[in-house]
Amino acid sequence: MTTLLQSCLFLLVLSNFLLLATRRVPGMTRLTALQGLLLAALLLSLDHALLAGAVLLIKGMLLPGMLWRTQKRLPADALVCPTRRVGLGVLAGMAGLIFSIWLEGRLVMPLGLYPQLLLPTGLATLFCGLILIVGRIKAITQVIGYLVAENGIFLLGVPLMTTGTVWFELALLLDVFVAVFVMGIAINHISDSFASIDVARFRSLRD
Amino acid sequence: MLTALIFVPLCAGCIMLLWGRAVICRVGLPLTALTHTALAAMTAVRVGGGETLAELDGLLAPDALGVLFLMLASVLFLAASFYAMHYLREEERIGVHTNILDHGRFTNAPERRFTACLCFFLSAMTLVTITPHMGAQWVGIEATTLSSAQLIYFHRHKRSLEATWKYLIICSVGIALALLGNILLAVAFHGAEGASGSADSMDQVGWFVRNAALAEPTWLKAAFVFLLVGYGTKMGLAPLHNWLPDAHSQAPSLVSALLSGALLNCAMLGMLRGHQIMLAAGLGGLSGGMLMFFGLLSLLIAAIFIVGQGHYKRMLAYSSVEHMGILALGIGVGGVAVPGAMLHAVCHSLTKCMLFLLSGNILARYHTYSSYDVHGMRWTMPATAALWTAGFLAVAGSPPFGLFVSELLIFKGMLAAGLPWLSAGYLVLLAIIFVGLSVAVLRMVQGNRPVDLPPSNSEPALSILPPLALGLAVLTLGVWIPDWLWNFLNRAAALIGA
Repeated sequence: MTTLLQSCLFLLVLSNFLLLATRRVPGMTRLTALQGLLLAALLLSLDHALLAGAVLLIKGMLLPGMLWRTQKRLPADALVCPTRRVGLGVLAGMAGLIFSIWLEGRLVMPLGLYPQLLLPTGLATLFCGLILIVGRIKAITQVIGYLVAENGIFLLGVPLMTTGTVWFELALLLDVFVAVFVMGIAINHISDSFASIDVARFRSLRD
Repeated sequence: MLTALIFVPLCAGCIMLLWGRAVICRVGLPLTALTHTALAAMTAVRVGGGETLAELDGLLAPDALGVLFLMLASVLFLAASFYAMHYLREEERIGVHTNILDHGRFTNAPERRFTACLCFFLSAMTLVTITPHMGAQWVGIEATTLSSAQLIYFHRHKRSLEATWKYLIICSVGIALALLGNILLAVAFHGAEGASGSADSMDQVGWFVRNAALAEPTWLKAAFVFLLVGYGTKMGLAPLHNWLPDAHSQAPSLVSALLSGALLNCAMLGMLRGHQIMLAAGLGGLSGGMLMFFGLLSLLIAAIFIVGQGHYKRMLAYSSVEHMGILALGIGVGGVAVPGAMLHAVCHSLTKCMLFLLSGNILARYHTYSSYDVHGMRWTMPATAALWTAGFLAVAGSPPFGLFVSELLIFKGMLAAGLPWLSAGYLVLLAIIFVGLSVAVLRMVQGNRPVDLPPSNSEPALSILPPLALGLAVLTLGVWIPDWLWNFLNRAAALIGA
C-alpha cells in the first residue's frame, strides 16, 4: 500500500508539471481527470473506500466531464493558450516544489500524521493551481487551476480524514462540483458575450 | 427550530425554482423572510436568555456571536424582500433594458431563478451563523459565493458578467485558502493529549477553545494566517478586496445591500472563530496585531478610493471596505473596543443596506451611476433625498446615529490600550472619508431641479419604507441601546476578547 501511495504522489507531481507545460485545454482536462483518478487511488491505499469512490466519481469523472462539455461549445482557438509565460509557469512550479520540500524539512511535523512526500506534494499541487489561475489568460484554465489548487488542499487534508468526517468531505466535494458547474455556465456566457474567453479583456470595471 | 431556519428558505427556493410563477416568487419572498425572521427572533430570545440550543448532534448550536449575525442577515433579508416586490415588478414592466454605460440591450435572468437564489443565499448564510463546526461553516460560506454569483449576474450584460467572474474566482480561491486554514487548525490540534471532551464533537469551536493550550503554536499561527487571508478576501479586507467594488456596483441594488450588510459579516464570522481560538491559546496578541494591520490598511485604501469617486455605488462599496477595516481594528485592539465593534457591525449592516436600497431608487430615476450627473434630488425624489442624506450622516459616523457611538467606543478602546498613534491615524482617515463622502452625497442632493427629468409621481412606498425602517433603527441605536441588546453585544464580544 505504501508503494501505491508513493507512486500516486509521484504521478501527481508529474501531472502538475505536465499541466503547467500544456498549452491545449483538452490535454489539461485529461490531466485533471488523471489527478482525480490518482487521488481516488491514494484514498484507497489509505483504506478510505467510500471516499475513494466519491472522489473517483466527482473529481475523476463528473468534473472533467463538465469541463469537456464546456470546452466542446467553445471555438477551437479558445482552447489553445498563448506560448507566452508557459515556460515561466513551469519554472515557478519547480520553485514551488523546491520550496515545499524545504518547508517540510523546517516544520515540526505531528508524529505519524503525514506519510512521506504527502505534504510537499500537496503544497506543490496547490502552488501549481495558483500559478495556473494567475498565469493563464483563458477563463477555462482558471477553472482548471482552481480544481488543481483544490486537489492540493484536499491532499493535505487526507491524513485528517476519519469515518466521522465523511459527511464533511462529501459536502466539500459537492461544493466544488457546484462551483465548477457555475463557473462552466459563466464561461459559456463569457464566450457568447465577449466572443472570447480571455480574461485579459476584463478591463471595463476599474477605478 | 434551528434546522427549520435553514430548511425554510431552502425549500422556498426549490419551490420557486420548480414552480415559480412571478406571483409565487414575489409573494413567497417576503413570506419566507417573515418566517425566517420570526424563527431567528425566537432563537435570539432563547439564546439571549442563556439557553443552549443544539440540533443535529450539535452541528447546529448557535452562540451569542452567531445569533447576532443571524439576526442581522434575517432582518436585512426581510427589508430587501419587501423592496424586491416593487423592484421585480418594475424590471418585468421594462422588459428589455438598455445598459447605462454602453447603451447595449440586455434582458434579466429569469425571475424565479433570481428569487430562488436569494432564498438559497439566506439558507447558506443561516448555516454559517448557527454552526459551531468550522468545516460546515466553510461549506456554508462557499455556498454563499455560489448562490450570490447568480444574483450579481441578474442583469445580463458584459459588465455584470465581468464582475461575476471576478467574484467567483477571487472568492473561491480565497475560500479554498481558508479551507487550508481549517486543515492546519486540525493539524495543530492533532494528538492533543489530555483533551477534554470528545474530539469528534460537532462543536469544534468550543472544543478548540477549551483545548487551545494543547495546540502546537506554529501550526495554529499558520492556520490563523490562512483563515485571515481566506475569509478576509470574502470579507473585503484590503488588499484582498478587489472583487468587492465590482460586484457591488454591478449587482442589483437589493443584492448589493445583502452582500454588503449580511455576507461580509458572515465571512468575518469565519475569521473571528480563528481569532477566538488564538485568544484561548494565548496568541491573541499576534492575531489582534494582524487584524489591526489589515484594518488600518483597509481604512487607508478606502480613504484613497472614496475621495473623488464618481460612481456612487462603488463609493458605497469602498465604504464597506472602510467599515470592515474599522471592525477588524476594533476587534484587534480588544477591551472596550470589542463591544464597540459588535455594535458597529449591527449599525453598519443596517445603514449600508439602507443606502444600497436607496441607490437603487436613484439609479431607477436618474439612469446613471455617476454622482456628477445626479443633482437636485431634493426636488425630484424628496423622500429618497432625505433618507440618502441621513444615511450618509449615519455611515460617516455622525451623531446622533449608532455608528457614531460604535466608532467612539472603538476610539476609546484604542486610547485605553495605549495606542495613541493608531487612534490618531484612525481619526485622520475617518475625517478624510467623511469629506470624500460628503462632497459626492451633497452634490447629488443639492443643486437645481434637473430640467431633463420629467416630473414624477410620489415615490412608491415599497421602495421607501424598507430603507426608512432601517434608518430609524440606526437612529434609535444612536440615542438608546436597549439593555437586552447591550447584554447580547457584550456576550458576543466576550467570546472574542472583550
